[in-house]
Amino acid sequence: MKKLVLFIPLVVFLGMGVFLYKGLFLNPQKLDSALEGKPVPAFQLEVLESGEMVTNETLKGKVGLLNVWATWCPSCKYEHPFLMTLARQDILPIYGINYRDERPLAIRELSREGNPYAINIFDHDGRLGLDLGVYGAPESFLIDHKGIVRYRYAGPIDRTVWQETLYPMVQELQAEAAKDGAS
Amino acid sequence: MIPELGHFSLIIGLAFAMLLAIVPLVGVARKDQYLVRYAWPLSYGMFFFIFLSVIALGYSFAVDDFSVAYVAHHSNSELPIFFKIAAVWGGHEGSLLFWVFSLAAWAAAVALFSKGLEEVFTARVLSVLAMILIGFTLFMLLTSSPFERLFPVPMEGRDLNPMLQDVGLIFHPPMLYLGYVGFSVSFAFAIAALMSGRLDSAWARWSRPWTLAAWVFLTGGISLGSWWAYYELGWGGWWFWDPVENASFMPWLIGTALVHSLIVTEKRGAFRNWTVLLSIFAFSLSLLGTFIVRSGVLTSVHSFAADPSRGMFILLLLGLAIGGSLTLFAFRASEMSSPARFELKSKETMLLVCNLLLTVACGTVLLGTLYPLLIDALGMGKISVGPPYFNAVFVPIVLVLFGFMGVGPIIRWKKSKAGELKRQLIVPAVISAVVGLAVPFLADGKFNAWVVFGIAMAVWVTLMTFRAAYNIVKTKDGAIDMTRLGRSELGMIIAHLGIAVSVVGATMVSNYSLEKSVRMGPGISHELAGYTFNYVETKNVVGPNYTAQQGQIEVYQGDDYVTLLRPDRRQYNVRTMDMTEAGIDWGLFRDLYVTMGDPISRTEYAVRINYKPFVRWIWFGSIFMMVGGFFAASDKRYRAKAASKVKKATSKLATA
Amino acid sequence: MIKSLIKKVTAVMILMSVALFANATPVDTYQFKSTDNQKRALELAHSLRCPQCQNQNLIDSNSPVAQDLRLEVYQMVDEGKADNEIIEFMTSRYGEFVLYKPRMEAKTYILWLGPFGLLLFGGLIGFFFIRKQRIAEANNQDLTTEDQQELDRLLKRDGK
Repeated sequence: MKKLVLFIPLVVFLGMGVFLYKGLFLNPQKLDSALEGKPVPAFQLEVLESGEMVTNETLKGKVGLLNVWATWCPSCKYEHPFLMTLARQDILPIYGINYRDERPLAIRELSREGNPYAINIFDHDGRLGLDLGVYGAPESFLIDHKGIVRYRYAGPIDRTVWQETLYPMVQELQAEAAKDGAS
Repeated sequence: MIPELGHFSLIIGLAFAMLLAIVPLVGVARKDQYLVRYAWPLSYGMFFFIFLSVIALGYSFAVDDFSVAYVAHHSNSELPIFFKIAAVWGGHEGSLLFWVFSLAAWAAAVALFSKGLEEVFTARVLSVLAMILIGFTLFMLLTSSPFERLFPVPMEGRDLNPMLQDVGLIFHPPMLYLGYVGFSVSFAFAIAALMSGRLDSAWARWSRPWTLAAWVFLTGGISLGSWWAYYELGWGGWWFWDPVENASFMPWLIGTALVHSLIVTEKRGAFRNWTVLLSIFAFSLSLLGTFIVRSGVLTSVHSFAADPSRGMFILLLLGLAIGGSLTLFAFRASEMSSPARFELKSKETMLLVCNLLLTVACGTVLLGTLYPLLIDALGMGKISVGPPYFNAVFVPIVLVLFGFMGVGPIIRWKKSKAGELKRQLIVPAVISAVVGLAVPFLADGKFNAWVVFGIAMAVWVTLMTFRAAYNIVKTKDGAIDMTRLGRSELGMIIAHLGIAVSVVGATMVSNYSLEKSVRMGPGISHELAGYTFNYVETKNVVGPNYTAQQGQIEVYQGDDYVTLLRPDRRQYNVRTMDMTEAGIDWGLFRDLYVTMGDPISRTEYAVRINYKPFVRWIWFGSIFMMVGGFFAASDKRYRAKAASKVKKATSKLATA
Repeated sequence: MIKSLIKKVTAVMILMSVALFANATPVDTYQFKSTDNQKRALELAHSLRCPQCQNQNLIDSNSPVAQDLRLEVYQMVDEGKADNEIIEFMTSRYGEFVLYKPRMEAKTYILWLGPFGLLLFGGLIGFFFIRKQRIAEANNQDLTTEDQQELDRLLKRDGK
């Protein structure tokens, strides 16, 4: 009995070790979105280029990718060529949210580097970003045909992320949409 | 050439460590004194070559050898020379080298200063230290060598992170590492005691000064870090409960418990297993801290660049060192109940209670620090555990602890005389309660339970410590004899008073700080806590590797001129980083602390003014603690005793 | 191999974009309606974590998102919103992660009750240790009956 008591510290430590080991493969910086499963927050903002009004209703009807970007964000520049490729493949519409940016700068950047976005929402004061729980650019949200946020990816999208994570989900969501459309 | 020599020297140091880990133990097993005695030259050799390696890295910094990747990433030719030297421990690889160097230095010190101890025992201690050193040196050589070369050689270095360009960097990390690593000595003593199967009071006696020395360094390291964060980060905070801070605080809590538990084991032969366990815990928590800082499993403001492969290696070391030692403990710990008896009202009980409370406090900090990791690992999402949690659970525990801490020094060993204790307690208890209740009413007229308890406990500890001092120096016929106050008693008194001083500081600054964020520019003045802050002008200042806008703010109290505060905003040339440097007027009873924020208009800035009452007391208290620890560690009387005891022990061994 | 390289590159880039803001101390000159509001707002913002930063609260961080959230907190306090409304606003957007003081719920029971558990455990160890001493002492017959009674009384009191 007494002997067993002496093993308690070892057992406690081993238990802790398991968690520390697991912890090595987790990324404490990667946050789950609180919005997954909830509709895109209501908003009414201008389109970047034209100044026309766009609302959350506009995004409904199709599975889409909502991409938060800005000209001040270096990782967005890294991500941009891949978004261009994606836009050419025409799998799903990419909606941009131009986050806390200056309009002329953003327009110039897109005209120089190409514009992958179907609609570009101009979120100058970051209000939509705040409602979406955005904490830095780039961030991307997969939304289904009902306008519900299904997945959030923080960080630049590249081929690997797209093929391994996002594309399978897109296919699933599009299948769902097709089923709803049929019924 | 020089970096290669450094690298090579490190490998030789490793070779010495490998020999040191094996040869003396073989000697012990074969009862071959000749082999056992190899421990000494091997320790010195190990220290020498690792020291050479540090010198080589320091030299590479001094001559701007940017072909060395570590130098290129952490230095720049414009960097002032003392920062170049301090940059040796400014990044992951170099600080690891310094870690290993500290370990080698402790080993050499043990070899040098333990001539009076039993030879076999010391040899075992040195071997255990060498084993730890092997682990960390391999880690460095295999995953993060500071001597790696870059090709092509960059023309300039990327510069030291401006956050680190401060005197804080020169003193804080070395102190902290010496403290962290110092507990490896207590650990090695405990392991050596377990190996020899002799858990008597002798090893506790030998371990005590080393544990105290490590504790002094750790106390210094933590408080320097707190002071540095206070003036450098510009928030005026002094403790953030950040995982990395907790990583250094947990070994401190356990180290404090250990220092006291060692007393009981040494003087009364009790708590043997407990003391061994605490020795293992203290070092384990140091290792855990190293893991937390360098693996990136927890998000912290202070952590080094995260890398899972490094984390894996440290976890492996952690498993070997802690798992191995706890297994050894489980099999070899003494099953005999201690021969010493004591009653409920005795010094033993008080020390036991304080020990348990310190351990519980540490367990709480550990729980809070690792809990987000636990939840994440179980796939239950991300949560944060921060200051509100720690303040809510940690503070009450230590307040209770202070209650017992007051009684500990005055109560007798074994059994207190009936009535004696009560007589000594009542008056201080009443005074403490009255002062505690009075302070919040004098301060702002509002009742504040935290202040009442904080101040009352500080007063309580102070009064009881003085009472203990009086009990010690008072002779039987009522005269005062100062010679009765040995160094360890003096040390205890100073260190305990230090705790009281720090508690006053922490209580006051946490509850009565004032702050104001205002727009300021030439001619604008604002008032806070009875001081008038008058913004005179903005000066442009050019530093060695930065330019700055410096606000000139005159401070008046009534009509009296107090000081000129000069907060600035610096732009560092190489990393193009903006830094703010606070303007601080320090005082015994308050700090005035001003930071400049962003410019609002061409001449105006957002400025934050802070009034921080008693904030210096936090660090004054830790200076007391360090001085106290130093006195206790250097007690001559006790060293003489140790030597005589050793002779007895060795003669016993010779006959066995 | 290439995949991990890309990951590293992007990680560095994300770090860089954060580092741009990280070091200058934020100072807001927001004018509160009352000093009570100011006190409440600052306390609240101190207990909320910036979702983007390394480990900083909303007050200490200079990142844009912290700045936005901080202002949001200030405004909501000035509008007279209760603390739990503001906390709800934050968690519905950024999740439980932003709370430095986690809520008391199933997954935090161990966190909140753990310290009491530890205290209880420590108390039990101490109690049994001291009781063992007492029994041994009693067997030694060293105590006078008066002492023994005193000891029993104290032990009973502590045990309650």
